[in-house]
Amino acid sequence: MSGFGAALLNSLDIGLLLFVIAVGLNIVFGVLNVINFAHGALYMLGAYLAYTLINLVGLSFWPTLLLAPLGVAAVAVVIDRLVLRFIYQRDVADSLLLTFALLLIINESVRSIWGSGIHVVEPPPILQGTVRVFGGPSYPIYSLFVILVGLLLLAGLWYLFNRTRVGRIMRAAALDRDMAEALGINTKLVVTGVFAFGAWLAAVGGTVAAPMRAIDPGMGDKIIIESFIVVVIGGLGSFPGALIGALALGLMHGFGGRYMPEINMLLPFVGMALVLLFKPTGIMGKGATA
Amino acid sequence: MKQTILLGALLVALIGLVALPWFAPYFYIFIVTEILIMGLFAASFNLVFGYTGMLSFGHAAFFGVGCYATAMTLLHLKWPFLYCLMLSVGAGALLALVIGFFSVRLNEVYFAMLTLAFGMMVFSVAHHWRSVTNGSDGIAGFTVGDFGLGLDLTLGNPAVYYHVVLVLVVVAAALLYLIGRSSFGMILQAIRQNPERVAFCGLNVRSYRLAAFTLGGAFAGLAGGLMAPFLRVASPEMLHWSTSAEPVLMSILGGTGYFLGPFVGSAMFILLETWITSITQAWMLFLGIVLALMVMFFRRGLLGTFLDWWLERK
Repeated sequence: MSGFGAALLNSLDIGLLLFVIAVGLNIVFGVLNVINFAHGALYMLGAYLAYTLINLVGLSFWPTLLLAPLGVAAVAVVIDRLVLRFIYQRDVADSLLLTFALLLIINESVRSIWGSGIHVVEPPPILQGTVRVFGGPSYPIYSLFVILVGLLLLAGLWYLFNRTRVGRIMRAAALDRDMAEALGINTKLVVTGVFAFGAWLAAVGGTVAAPMRAIDPGMGDKIIIESFIVVVIGGLGSFPGALIGALALGLMHGFGGRYMPEINMLLPFVGMALVLLFKPTGIMGKGATA
Repeated sequence: MKQTILLGALLVALIGLVALPWFAPYFYIFIVTEILIMGLFAASFNLVFGYTGMLSFGHAAFFGVGCYATAMTLLHLKWPFLYCLMLSVGAGALLALVIGFFSVRLNEVYFAMLTLAFGMMVFSVAHHWRSVTNGSDGIAGFTVGDFGLGLDLTLGNPAVYYHVVLVLVVVAAALLYLIGRSSFGMILQAIRQNPERVAFCGLNVRSYRLAAFTLGGAFAGLAGGLMAPFLRVASPEMLHWSTSAEPVLMSILGGTGYFLGPFVGSAMFILLETWITSITQAWMLFLGIVLALMVMFFRRGLLGTFLDWWLERK
């Protein structure tokens, strides 16, 4: 039981964090029709900002959790107004190329500002140590906190999209941008807002991940590949798809890491290939064949 | 008339390339060797992107596998170089066939994501499967012996190796050019412009896309094989997405609309790289900024913009 329980909690921990990041990728795709290749780089930027605020500025964890993602969202607004606005009317390939260029720029900037070594952030005192879960294995409190944050964001996003005016405007812009504009919605503002919101989600993921994962310039690459696998498995642009894909990947890591560590690294790719084989548009996806 | 001028310019450039070792110092021979190999790599990418309209961010997988194939056969089996290269071509094509099978049937956005993800899978395998690939150290310590075909060439001599690369790249480029001009190549270009219409004409778009992707992989494999003796090492970095970014930028830099665009882009890229890395470490930052600016303001590329203007002029 104890091994199984720990693996299950690990799966949730990894899966929900991945959900927060992948759903940001999905929301941006839904409205902008652009897959942001720099999404993982924004996640990494969140982690590095958190490291800077906590270890160099001396802030505690909680204000950092608020400030670091807002900082990254501000960077995203600048990126949108300065760069992306040039290509919204153009071919899809151009927008892919441009976000790919952003990936190169952010990655290398991070490397030149913070160096290529590994940085570590301590969790806040209240979240340090371990606790016994269900009388079973002792489990790091911080990982439980990550699961909690993931669940809160999941509920919050569901509420946002289904029960608020802002959420409805975002969904309208995703369905048909011209129609939304004809109905008096300022779609330019929506586009910038959605891009910043996606970046904010990525950076929340990065800030939350900072105290439990090594902060190094390769962390963004790893997460963007995993997010791609999540949206391919779940279906691009689908909210429940992102959750299913993220939990599936979480399970692969949680249980694969425990029971078959040699091929753990390849499991997500095998899972993705299987989904592509039987349902190329993903479990919840529709209409993406060429 | 303009055709003749262009052909003449190409011929002069070729003669210059053949004669290079007799007047240029070794430093330039190394640079031009690299330009030729990377130009072939970029041209193989442009068959997939510029011709067929599929933007791949995982093209380094085929280049890197080609490099590993040649490096490992040279190290373990000591085959003649030409046979190693053939193996590289086969390895690149086979890997492209497998990755392409999963990727070409989905739309552009999916294709870009999948090629990046599968490319990074190959990178991870090379990085972690230490017993075969020697992990992050890569495959090194191999030597090039015979060329094959009974030719007596001292491949260890940079000038000789340069000529071998020149001949093979020119032959491969001519092949790629002919493929682009053939009816098969015309269908690929039609697929880029309007896949629905090609499908309505009764052609199987997916098979053509897969064929183009596999061919691209084969030529990238050849470029990778040529790279092995030049770098004297096959390392996982050659499979990383940052290597995939290079043919993308070279093609955009030169222009995706003309066959020689990627080669011109390769020359610009390597000369810039040599210059920039002598000043600063942040070469990739520079690369990203150039790529962004080219896509935003200069989408036809250097050669493309020039030829567009010159061919339009009366």
